[in-house]
Amino acid sequence: MKILVAVKRVVDYAVKIRLKPDKSGVETSNVKMSMNPFCEIALEEALRIKESGRASEVVAVSVGQAQCTDTLRTGLAMGADRAIHVEYPGTLYPLSVAKIFKALVDAERPALLLLGKQAIDDDCNQTGQMIAGLLKWPQATFASKVVLDEGNKVATVDREVDGGLETLSLDLPAVITTDLRLNQPRYATLPNIMKAKSKVIKKLTPLDLNVEIRSDLEVVQVTEPPKRQAGVILSSVDQLIDRLKNESRVI
Amino acid sequence: MLKLISSSKFKSSKSLTGIQISLYHHLSSTSAHSSSSNTAPFSRKYIGFWQSRFLRAHSNFADFSPNSVGEVRSFCSESVRRECLNYDVVIVGAGPAGLSAAIRLKQLCKENDVDLSVCVVEKGAEVGAHILSGNVFEPRALNELLPNWKQEEAPIYVPVSSDKFWLLSKTRAFSLPSPFDNRGNYVISLSQLVRWLGLKAEELGVEIYPGFAASEILYDSTDKVVGIATNDMGVAKDGSKKDIFQSGVELKGQVTLFAEGCRGSLSEKVISKYNLREKGHGQHQTYALGIKEVWEINDDKHHPGSVLHTIGWPLDPKTYGGSFLYHMKDKQVALGFVVALNYSNPYLNPYEEFQKFKHHPAIQPLLEGGTVLEYGARTLNEGGYQSIPYPVFPGGAIIGCSAGFLNVPKIKGSHTAMKSGMLAAESAFRALCEGSSLEAFWDSLRSSWIWKELHSARNYRPAFDYGLYPGLALSALEHYIMKGRSPWTLKHGKPDHEATDEAHKWNPIEYPKPDGIISFDVPTSLYRSSTNHDHDQPAHLRLRDPKIPELINLPVYAAPESRYCPARVYEYSADENGHQKLQINAQNCLHCKACDIKDPKQNIEWTVPEGGGGPGYTVM
Repeated sequence: MKILVAVKRVVDYAVKIRLKPDKSGVETSNVKMSMNPFCEIALEEALRIKESGRASEVVAVSVGQAQCTDTLRTGLAMGADRAIHVEYPGTLYPLSVAKIFKALVDAERPALLLLGKQAIDDDCNQTGQMIAGLLKWPQATFASKVVLDEGNKVATVDREVDGGLETLSLDLPAVITTDLRLNQPRYATLPNIMKAKSKVIKKLTPLDLNVEIRSDLEVVQVTEPPKRQAGVILSSVDQLIDRLKNESRVI
Repeated sequence: MLKLISSSKFKSSKSLTGIQISLYHHLSSTSAHSSSSNTAPFSRKYIGFWQSRFLRAHSNFADFSPNSVGEVRSFCSESVRRECLNYDVVIVGAGPAGLSAAIRLKQLCKENDVDLSVCVVEKGAEVGAHILSGNVFEPRALNELLPNWKQEEAPIYVPVSSDKFWLLSKTRAFSLPSPFDNRGNYVISLSQLVRWLGLKAEELGVEIYPGFAASEILYDSTDKVVGIATNDMGVAKDGSKKDIFQSGVELKGQVTLFAEGCRGSLSEKVISKYNLREKGHGQHQTYALGIKEVWEINDDKHHPGSVLHTIGWPLDPKTYGGSFLYHMKDKQVALGFVVALNYSNPYLNPYEEFQKFKHHPAIQPLLEGGTVLEYGARTLNEGGYQSIPYPVFPGGAIIGCSAGFLNVPKIKGSHTAMKSGMLAAESAFRALCEGSSLEAFWDSLRSSWIWKELHSARNYRPAFDYGLYPGLALSALEHYIMKGRSPWTLKHGKPDHEATDEAHKWNPIEYPKPDGIISFDVPTSLYRSSTNHDHDQPAHLRLRDPKIPELINLPVYAAPESRYCPARVYEYSADENGHQKLQINAQNCLHCKACDIKDPKQNIEWTVPEGGGGPGYTVM
């Protein structure tokens, strides 16, 4: 069984981000970039499935600009067998990425597609769901536990939902997006990083996959959240009601 | 390629036993998958010890005599725990010195048509992540190393346009004649430059591994350094192995270069093991703590290339230190405060002095309307010529600030660090290819411009041990009259940690509260350093005796570590019985090494945390 894992190159989670002066987005030049933490978890899950003998190949895929190869090399160092880079230098939105993945899945025919639940730069939480929709595959998002059956036909997935845990049973091929508590990703060891440097990363473009990148969204402005106002201690309930009614207008 | 050698030459060799042959085949089969990026007939990257000896004996250029190779105490595959990788040269630290050495080695390889494998390990998550410096850069060494740096788009854009030197009082600034001559120098971000050097090194075939911290020095049975080992990853706070545990890796090198920067943790061990201070110029090293912020200010206040240094307020005349303010490009300004660590008042808080300084009427207007982009701190060497240790030891050398080549009156150390790396590379190259001794590095240092510079700069800093005004007077004497040709060499005072006075002789200093606009509290600043460590790991700051903080530091010295640490790692809080207990917030650490230097009883030992942790400097 082949597993395809989608990985995204994002601003490292520990970096203090700031806005570009023209408010068009977050400053990403001269900023440390790494693999999205949820994508790391997805890749780790794929590797564990492979190590348990249930999968034969783990393929890491990234869509984006040229430096995505760094992220893919990290994936190879963690243990992925192959890597594919779909190069596109411009801005990408979830629907475009989903279309690219549909084309890739049609070509590679994996039995399982793993993604992180969302990327920490845009927090969209859409790509996995959209791919499943385009492929008409079953999907289980926010996975906190994934168990495959004997014949690799059915995946039993625990999902973290607002009310608690929900367990779904999916027929493969399926799309699963991973949540934080699924596993703890392994370190890429130095010898593996060394070996990954010489592995080949397959390069494709959206054109090769017959996907036209069309931007359906336009980012108008990105601003910092308003500075938190200090709290005010009021002296009576009447004052509270007055404020809620006339100032905040919530009642 | 390797298999061919094994079939033709290898079997005919009578010197190797059956065990070694089978191990060789094992190792060569695992490395057969790898392809070397260089064009040499064979790469030494994956070759074990015996193979490299064999290849050396049969190669026509590497003539490292069997005696100098020595015996490896633990043969790679016998040691079950750790994987072992062999290189010709292992460099600890991807900073200006380490990368210059790596680049120079590869350049020499190209010029002489040989190949040496060079590996650089770096504890920061990226190359440049732990680099912090003022920085007014003198391109002297870079011009020698990479003369085409401008065409190759090195991030060196802003030439120095003005050079000011002020003596501050509480309310005024008095302009003094500038002791610096920065014509031909540039205002840069050293972190950016080091990143670029890393790219250049990789282009030449150097292997750089950021995110791996060298934590252990490997010795052979003759007590010669044969390499380093990285630390285990995935160890929990209590010392147990987590699920993701990975043991460290041994990186063995024919030559090991330590380029860890000021007060390098492994460099200090090597210096004490081989008595390198006594063998060198003999004096102890003295240090200062530099705390820096990069601001983005309003365009109308920004003058690229403007360089300002101040002395005086807020420090008292007995404490050496001052500020720097350099205008970079893109409306960015590098602003920092340096305090010599031989201060006596245990209540001194260098971070708070910096925050106080920013409110000076000559400084504050510049910062109004601006925002802080990054914050960080790092110690630097002030010992100069008198404190240079003998940098060569069996198996390698110490380069850059780990040895200490900073020119204190110029406040520049990047160019000398780079040059020391280049000279070490040249000596190492000759040692590996011609069998000469690595001790030639010391001779090449002494006949280089580093020596002339540091020798003529040697008396400025020690003069200030007499106080600010005597120091200025003596410096003026040195600069204008003696011009570096003084027949005397002043000695340093007490080592920094011994200089701290007992707390009862001083009064606590009342520092003003930060206003959140110009001055900030430590947590806010710390956030701007992007520093992070995995919380579930053993604290990398070790107490040699855990009782000393509560028995000595707190009652006798009023816990100076809670003040000089720019990251608030050391905090005292009351436990349930009301006793003050030391809490070490290792996660905050900026890797500045101030605690390792200044702790009065030298009880705090700074060791490397798990690789990849620490600050994330990008424009520092």
